[in-house]
Amino acid sequence: MYDLALTEELLLKIEKPVRYIGNEVNMVRKDPEKVDIRFAMCFPDVYEIGMSHLGMQIIYDMLNRREDVYCERVFSPWTDLDKEMRIDRIPLFALESQDPVFMFDFMAITIQYEMCYTNILQMLDLAGIGIYAKDRREDAPFVIGGGPCTYNPEPLADFFDMFYIGEGETVYYQMMDLYKEHKAAGGSRADFLKKAAQIPGIYVPSLYEVTYHEDGTIRSFVPKIPEAPATVLKQVQMDLDHTFYPKKQLVPYLKVTQDRCVLEIQRGCIRGCRFCQAGMIYRPLRERSLAMMTDVADAALESTGNDEISLSSLSSSDYSQLPGLCNYLIDHYRKKNVNISLPSLRIDAFSLDVMSKVQDVRKSSLTFAPEAGTQRMRDVINKGLTQEMIRHGATEAFKGGWNKVKLYFMMGLPTETEEDMKGIAHLAETIAMDYYQLPSEYRHGRVSVGASCSFFVPKPFTPFQWAQMCEMEEYQHRAHIVNDEFKKQHNHRSLSFKWHDSKTTVVEGILARGDRRLSKVIYDVYKKGCIYDAWTEYFNYDAWMEAMEENGLDYHFYTTRPRDLDEIFPWDFIDIGVTKAFLKREWNKAMAGEVTPNCREKCSGCGAARFGGGVCFESKSKVD
Amino acid sequence: MKARVKWTKTGVLKFIGHLDVQRYFHKAIMRAGLPVSFSKGMSPHQIMSFAAPLGIGMTSEAEYVDITFDWCYSGQEMLDRMNAQMNEGISVTEFRQIDKKTKSCMAQTAAADYLVTFRKAHYFVEAFTKRVEPFYFQEEIRILKKTKRSEKEVDISPMILEIRPQGDEAIFMKLQAGSEQNLKPQTVMEAFCNYLGYDYDPAGFMYHRLETYLKEDGKLLPLGAIGREVTEPVGPEEE
Repeated sequence: MYDLALTEELLLKIEKPVRYIGNEVNMVRKDPEKVDIRFAMCFPDVYEIGMSHLGMQIIYDMLNRREDVYCERVFSPWTDLDKEMRIDRIPLFALESQDPVFMFDFMAITIQYEMCYTNILQMLDLAGIGIYAKDRREDAPFVIGGGPCTYNPEPLADFFDMFYIGEGETVYYQMMDLYKEHKAAGGSRADFLKKAAQIPGIYVPSLYEVTYHEDGTIRSFVPKIPEAPATVLKQVQMDLDHTFYPKKQLVPYLKVTQDRCVLEIQRGCIRGCRFCQAGMIYRPLRERSLAMMTDVADAALESTGNDEISLSSLSSSDYSQLPGLCNYLIDHYRKKNVNISLPSLRIDAFSLDVMSKVQDVRKSSLTFAPEAGTQRMRDVINKGLTQEMIRHGATEAFKGGWNKVKLYFMMGLPTETEEDMKGIAHLAETIAMDYYQLPSEYRHGRVSVGASCSFFVPKPFTPFQWAQMCEMEEYQHRAHIVNDEFKKQHNHRSLSFKWHDSKTTVVEGILARGDRRLSKVIYDVYKKGCIYDAWTEYFNYDAWMEAMEENGLDYHFYTTRPRDLDEIFPWDFIDIGVTKAFLKREWNKAMAGEVTPNCREKCSGCGAARFGGGVCFESKSKVD
Repeated sequence: MKARVKWTKTGVLKFIGHLDVQRYFHKAIMRAGLPVSFSKGMSPHQIMSFAAPLGIGMTSEAEYVDITFDWCYSGQEMLDRMNAQMNEGISVTEFRQIDKKTKSCMAQTAAADYLVTFRKAHYFVEAFTKRVEPFYFQEEIRILKKTKRSEKEVDISPMILEIRPQGDEAIFMKLQAGSEQNLKPQTVMEAFCNYLGYDYDPAGFMYHRLETYLKEDGKLLPLGAIGREVTEPVGPEEE
């Protein structure tokens, strides 16, 4: 038995000790003495969430392929262990070697959602390396952030030495080489940051100066030294077939959120929904080949023994190899009793046929994401889904034996009217009516139409980055309008309506479009004892509001304020390929209720073609 | 064919709970590519049934699971193929064919042996080892049993089949186990602490299961004592 960072007494005292012992099947074992670089890959949430994340497994595999690097995993200790570590002064440790993270060369933190920001501070604090980047000693690990929230890293600017803007596969090897050189030459921390700032996609926040207008908006955002680029270009892995993909995925002991193999079939999305950040920042759409996906599926299932495999993408129906891949998985794995899970599929004849083969029709439910209740609203958000398409899909599904339907909506979208809100209830009712009007041989008991609603949070690099949010009370009010309308429906007993917490929405909204001044707020919230904000039982809205006030900041500045079309945003120094001019055009079209065709129908000149590949260069003959 | 497989749980894997162990076996068998049988229906699952669950933190050298296979290699080869997929801490040690009609190992479980050792710096060991007899020979050993709805006092002494010091450092006990009457070694140590006038500190003791038994004609036999060795591969059954 190897040495654990925690004593047995402690492990027996806390919930799910297996979160902290590592030792899983396919864990990479190296002698830390024999590598040049120790890299701590950190996920600022609990083990079960972090281990469900494919991106982390890709980087883990990619870095560990290098003999000179040992990449290990670190997750947020759960609240019970968090307390014990503070009392006993146990430093944050990595699962593989169980060594303290402060010994490492890099502490890389993936930033997947705004509500994990206090957990980032928890990790830095427990690691004992200084929460603020400026307080870090010469020998402290370099703290680098990656992931979707780095597309506006500014609220976290004070805590990170660097951010990496782009997809993980592209520049980490270059960074490792640079670091080895630097370590051998014995340069200072500042020297390395200066050099790292010249790697494409790397942003070193301390090398930039921000000035503000009197109204709080940004006057200027400029590099302090010539080595730091004025704009940081997002890095993209254009060829997704000849790149890293973990064939031996880790097999957790615990039942993690995604207890299955994951096939990432493509990156990006052609749809252009105006609220969707992923749909913009991951442009252009790039597919992986069928041959690669079947290879990965075989290897991943064999090396894990998982009994389920799932496709992953923003819109699986747009994957050109979908029929081939589905047929392959069904032919090879159904008889081996492997479950096949197909999320984010458009409901049509093909998908219903495939789904009827892979799941129990009577037990499973079908999911639609109309996002809005009326056609007017769906045109504003550019959701190319009509009521006819939804009704047709649902009716076909009912005929195929399904009788459970889930509908996803957003409220608080720009220009939303009372009619749009009530339309949510009406759409659900229409679908239920369609069911009850089917001939009786198609009906199996009562239909169940469940609508679930989140509140819209405007995100950077979307056409809606200029949108105004609502007050917290207004979200509640709107949810009640919809709820009341549901109760008025004839088939209301077949319908259900749920909505998300509006307080979380407000805080998420503050952070999503926040600036550097919020670093102090996040710090203060953390010091008030907040962690795990993404978990409703720990989220403390009042602490956030207090901290805003104590720092002299009005949250309306970040949420409900109208933004000028020419305002300099905190994230404008990042170039995602998609231009601000395109986003403005899309915002104006949204206000006019005009739709934009998807990338395969017609190129709208968003700018992503500069990356030289993907859907932008698909020959039109390939697409019918 | 139905097999009874004996396995051990040691080292850091003692922190893995029962449900996680089940999932671990399912995946190990899939990785090994062994012809495990599946139940019929829309959501088929491996036909596998575990004996008495081991609590988190306990180690064991005598756990059992019954697994049904469509066919199998020789017992030794089955063990080798399974062990090749096991992490340090869990390994399979016996593979025997049992009759299809044999009750599941869980249903058969009647008793288990445990070795309790003392973690340093919690208790004075001799206080326990020297007083096992008077503790055991009390007329009754009453403990407060808490369930979700109520609390009641029960006498656990009839469920302690044997208890004695083992050397100077450990206590051996044979306790009733299984679905009818189940006594945990932790409960015994808690009662022992009460008897000695100490607070019960769960971290003070380490629990190790030595054997799990079934009862046949009034005699206790290890769960793995029945059935037969598999020296040759066993083909699929004819329908």
